[in-house]
Amino acid sequence: MNFDFSDDQKLLRDQARKFLQDKCDRKSVRSILEDHKQNYDVDLWSQISKLGWTGTAIPEEYGGLGLGMLELCVIAEELGRALAPTPFSSSIYIFAEFLKSYGTDEQKKKYLPLIASGEKIGTFALSETNGKPKPSNIKALHTSGKLNGSKNPVSDGESADYIIVAANSDSNSNYNSLSLFIIDRSDPGVNISNLDTIDPTRPACTVGLENVACERLGDEGSGWEMIDNIFNRAAVLFSFEQVGGAQVSLDEAKNYSLERFAFGKQIGAFQALKHKMADMYVKIELARSNAYYGAWALSTDSNELPIAAAGARVSASEAYNFASQENIQIHGGVGFTWEYDCHLFYRRSKLLSLNIGSIRQWKENLISNLEKRNIV
Amino acid sequence: MDFNDTPKEAEFRKKVRSFLEANAEKRSTLAAKPKGESGSSISSAGAPETVKGEDAAKLALQDAKEWQRKKADAGFAAILWPKEFGGYGGTPIEQVIYAQEEHDYFVHSGYFEIGIGMLGPTMMAWGKDEDKKRFLPKMITGEEIWCQLFSEPSAGSDLAGIRMKAEKDGDEWVLNGQKVWTSGAHFADYGMIVARSDPTALKHKGLTYFYVDMKTPGIEAKPIKQISGSANFNEVFFNDVRILDSQRIGAEGDGWKVSLTTLMNERLAVGDPPGLDFDQIFEASKEIEVEDGLAVKNSEVRQKMADWYIQSRGLQYTKYRSMTALSKGQTPGPELSISKLVTASKMQDVSSYALDLMEMSGMVHQDKNPILKNLFQNGYFFSAAMRIAGGTDEVLRNIIAERVLGLPQDERSDKKLPFNELPSGKN
Repeated sequence: MNFDFSDDQKLLRDQARKFLQDKCDRKSVRSILEDHKQNYDVDLWSQISKLGWTGTAIPEEYGGLGLGMLELCVIAEELGRALAPTPFSSSIYIFAEFLKSYGTDEQKKKYLPLIASGEKIGTFALSETNGKPKPSNIKALHTSGKLNGSKNPVSDGESADYIIVAANSDSNSNYNSLSLFIIDRSDPGVNISNLDTIDPTRPACTVGLENVACERLGDEGSGWEMIDNIFNRAAVLFSFEQVGGAQVSLDEAKNYSLERFAFGKQIGAFQALKHKMADMYVKIELARSNAYYGAWALSTDSNELPIAAAGARVSASEAYNFASQENIQIHGGVGFTWEYDCHLFYRRSKLLSLNIGSIRQWKENLISNLEKRNIV
Repeated sequence: MDFNDTPKEAEFRKKVRSFLEANAEKRSTLAAKPKGESGSSISSAGAPETVKGEDAAKLALQDAKEWQRKKADAGFAAILWPKEFGGYGGTPIEQVIYAQEEHDYFVHSGYFEIGIGMLGPTMMAWGKDEDKKRFLPKMITGEEIWCQLFSEPSAGSDLAGIRMKAEKDGDEWVLNGQKVWTSGAHFADYGMIVARSDPTALKHKGLTYFYVDMKTPGIEAKPIKQISGSANFNEVFFNDVRILDSQRIGAEGDGWKVSLTTLMNERLAVGDPPGLDFDQIFEASKEIEVEDGLAVKNSEVRQKMADWYIQSRGLQYTKYRSMTALSKGQTPGPELSISKLVTASKMQDVSSYALDLMEMSGMVHQDKNPILKNLFQNGYFFSAAMRIAGGTDEVLRNIIAERVLGLPQDERSDKKLPFNELPSGKN
């Protein structure tokens, strides 16, 4: 049994943690939170790109480091711990994974080196309206090589240089009519307008499309299938980010409960709080173990991936939501002040648990994949 | 990252498999359970039952002893024990591997676990050489069965609150009082017991540890009928029970220290069967109709089941993490401490929700033509006990908070006063 990261991977984790403690402290996170003009920490982005993090799991022939998905999981957990305000998830977990899985060799050569070096940023545009994206509410249309429609919200859209857009090639939208297209955001038909989000360190925008030039990614009509696969891959990476944030939420709750005195003792000595923190620990350990299993499935291209990814995603979303909520609760009154950091985690946890589909959706994915496996 | 054995582990597993294949019957190939075993797999997941047909009970015990003897001959009866006492001299990961493999076979091993897992190691650490020579070999072969006489009516979660009186009389001690939750007391040959030898000393200082012959006059074991209807435990009464001072283990007043050795040897739960779990309700949901069709197609049911799935598999993968540490010869982290806390509540939630899905049929609980094998009815009762036995949910949360997270211990007024001056709410 070797259900753990290797010593090299743990070394990478320690280095990443140290680096982020130094370069991505709370002050720099807050500078993005409070400055509406900045979408992400440009300095941090350029430094982690120079370290090669952006190219971790991109093959060497396309300008990456050619390490595996396990190394990327390690990085994801550290980014989550540090609340890194960067478009890493959009560009690396999603855009790069789409290209790696479905790009032609030519497309890989064109886009991946720029993504690996951090020089360019990519993202993905699916949602258009309030509620679950599905054939009936995807109106973006691809006709004679041009895209028209409006995507809302698009994570990191304003920072992105390239956007993968999900659009129908038939106005009679169904599960076989969706395709994916890559667009260049400098196209004059792209109209970006920024949206405020529950976590301003992770921005989103509306992307309007008016006769935008595009190139198709992957097979025509297989859009939903590709999205499922890439979201499964991204879900594992997100789950590590979430476990990282959840762990820090617990650590900070614990530290505060040891510093704060009430009724003549440390508040961390009260069972009501001890048991609450024990429950946080339980959820985080379950999430960590589920995330590990997801990492194994992801790194071995196992056909267990849909189940492993959904399990990791649900478990990690629930753990982080719970830990960040109860972190505020344990802090009491100061917990809901702007000054204390609790809200940074509260914002991030909710945003992460929505970004590639809510807990509800992933629970449904989990059970439907278990049904499929049973039939097979 | 993988789930494979190391070459050495694989070799050990192969040895275990060939022993089991040659000597035991595999679960999947058997339609019926072994002689004497009754009830569902849930009620038998705990200690061996106390009350069942007397002949059946005798048969089961005899079977168990025969099996234990075979294991001992093959060297697998006590994997962790040193060879000098008849053990395998193995590693914790080898013990886990053995337990995993044996779990697939219809064999009785519950009778001997307390002795080999907890009491034997205590004797090795604290006992006299002549006692080790006299008792340990027969503990391994199953010729003599041991029980653990710790808990009392007023010493449950607060185990050091023991009131069983031990009074010295020359070379002898006289025991008076009551023990409770003792599994196997009615068929055990020997027991290990903690008693209060000095009520005027501090609570943790006035205890002494002994072994007793369960046939000593004045000892009486009575089964405790649980809400499930089965009886896995006993209460044991001590009425002027006279034992020799040579039966003392450790010094007078060191009983708590010796007890900690016993408790620390509680078996690593890595190989435990999960019991009633996600898989059972998932299967049941394909048979039960709710308002809009089969339960498995109902959105609320699916959402709930997903919660249980991540708990169930989360625990399984947590065990894999602990096994990984063992496999590397390291001490596992504290992560396994969540295991029983999660399992017991999950089982209660799953059972209760499954009964809801069954609507009025959920009311029925009969042995004749049981609905879905009574799985959820049995689980409903068993899980309530499971949340208490072996550390209540509340005690386990305290343990996680204090030992894992390093939060302050509860304030204790009982550590500073002589035992006989502590408030007790009784007397």
